[in-house]
Amino acid sequence: MPLLRYIAGRLVVYGLVIIFALTVLFFVPRLGPTDPVEAMLAKVASQGAYMDPAQVDTLRQSLIDTFGLGGSLWEQYGAFVNRIIFSADFGPSLSMYPTPVMELIWNALPWTFGLLLSSTLIAWVLGNFVGLLSGWRPNANSSRVMEGIAICLYPIPYYILALVLSILFSYVWKIFPLTTTIRGAPWSWELVTSIVWNSFLPAMSIVIVVFGWWVISVKAQTTALKEEEFSRYARLKGLSDGRILTRYILPNAILPQITFLALQIGLMFNGSLITEILFDYPGLGLLIYTAVLQGDFNLLMGTISLSVIAVATATMIIDLIYPLLDPRIRHR
Amino acid sequence: MRSFFTHAPFRLYLGLLLLAVCVVLGGILPWLAPGDPLVWYSAPRNQNPSAAHWLGTTSLGQDVFWLLAYALRNSIILGLIVAGLSTIIGVFLGLAAGYAGGWLDRVLSFFMDALLCIPTLPILILMAALFGGQLALPIVGLLLVVFNWPYPARQVRAVALTMREREFINVAWFSGESSTRILVRHIFPYIAGWSAANFINTVLVGISTESALAVIGLSSAQQATLGTMIYWAINYQALLGGKYVWIGSPVIAIVVLFIGLFLVSSGLSMKSAARRMSV
Repeated sequence: MPLLRYIAGRLVVYGLVIIFALTVLFFVPRLGPTDPVEAMLAKVASQGAYMDPAQVDTLRQSLIDTFGLGGSLWEQYGAFVNRIIFSADFGPSLSMYPTPVMELIWNALPWTFGLLLSSTLIAWVLGNFVGLLSGWRPNANSSRVMEGIAICLYPIPYYILALVLSILFSYVWKIFPLTTTIRGAPWSWELVTSIVWNSFLPAMSIVIVVFGWWVISVKAQTTALKEEEFSRYARLKGLSDGRILTRYILPNAILPQITFLALQIGLMFNGSLITEILFDYPGLGLLIYTAVLQGDFNLLMGTISLSVIAVATATMIIDLIYPLLDPRIRHR
Repeated sequence: MRSFFTHAPFRLYLGLLLLAVCVVLGGILPWLAPGDPLVWYSAPRNQNPSAAHWLGTTSLGQDVFWLLAYALRNSIILGLIVAGLSTIIGVFLGLAAGYAGGWLDRVLSFFMDALLCIPTLPILILMAALFGGQLALPIVGLLLVVFNWPYPARQVRAVALTMREREFINVAWFSGESSTRILVRHIFPYIAGWSAANFINTVLVGISTESALAVIGLSSAQQATLGTMIYWAINYQALLGGKYVWIGSPVIAIVVLFIGLFLVSSGLSMKSAARRMSV
């Protein structure tokens, strides 16, 4: 049962990675020279809200709970892990009191996932299509032009592209909205068009970069695979170009992309955070930014822990999908 | 395949040219600056590009051209330090893991995999928010090193693993060469090309992550970097005022710098791949 052993091995590593990540998160607030609780209280006080000493004490206690700063280091650690993994409870949001942090996160998650998933999918389909075609005739002028464009697009960070797109299409030519405002009743057509319209620029900033990479890598793959024995055999058999591309070359070109996706998911997540902030898009990134601006540390700890866990989980899922797609590993 | 190889140098040269522009702008020009461009009201405010102020001035009275030169210098220095340290640590630990094997390999491999799964930016945002709302550049650099050494380490480990089985390593071993000498003389040449490409790539990732942090105002405000320049421009409403040069110049600088870095990095890895094949 090599497949089962592979999956079990991955799951063990995943569990260890999550514990490692939580440990990192646990120690971060303890690394700095300042006490985060006092820094936070000072920030609340500086924002002009008057609080009597009893309120300050309640707030301090709540913050100490959030960071798990009470008791010995071991007790703190146990309580922290328990809080995140088993009860998934980050307390109430301090800036939108008394809404629980988890509720805010659940509202934001579909936006971030929707944005990342749809833009990755669009970029993947387009990138594979263009990459395959230009890899098939690597020396044609159109292929060279496409690769040149891809090379110029790929190194640009997502947020720079987001900025450029918003300058061009929201300030200079006022085509798309500057900030996200979703209108329409639930489940109405208006809501759907509003979501698509508002998500277009943020999604494009991710699509363009990922598209660039996929063109570059699929083109190189295709050019190499075309020279392989099995492609020559297919050609000699008299198969059409389209069939050779889709049945012989594409499946082989897809596999390395999955490994790439596993490595890139963290970077893409980083990018989507900033893109959301720049476009006021109501996902996890904007929530993190709100938490930072408002000094809402319950919300901050919750959103950051969740993002770290989400990225680690996504990486693992992709790793687990890999053998399902590669028959050579599956049937060994 | 031939066009592939004849292509590589062109890509490399174009990238080096773009990088040279950035290095001249960021490495040499700051020495010639008339004063510290960060100081407010050291120039007239809200000027359009002119002979006296090539890229105009900000609404805080800073000369955009000199500000850009300083920002480029700081960003490039940060990127170089991050990439240098990450590469040295990564190559060293990767060689150690691949060459020694056993429990050392297992522990190191776990840390490489775990660190690769953790997204850098949220951790940086958390630290910045906890410690006064801004992170000093050295701390940002240090954290970036912590998160970037696993990339070279993993690759180097894989190469070292295959190297252990090669005949010429055995020959060297039995002819009495020391481990250090085998590492330096026989294994290092195999990873040098790839490491150089990865080094350039890490420069890019380092600058990019710091800028991402800076764009949302969480990096150092004491030093100009490309990201903080964008942050200031957004924060002081450069766009609403139609001051596209102010916000556009750091954006274009980042794009030119990153395309240059990417071309050099992929040119280098093409070249080393070509050399491996011709051997």
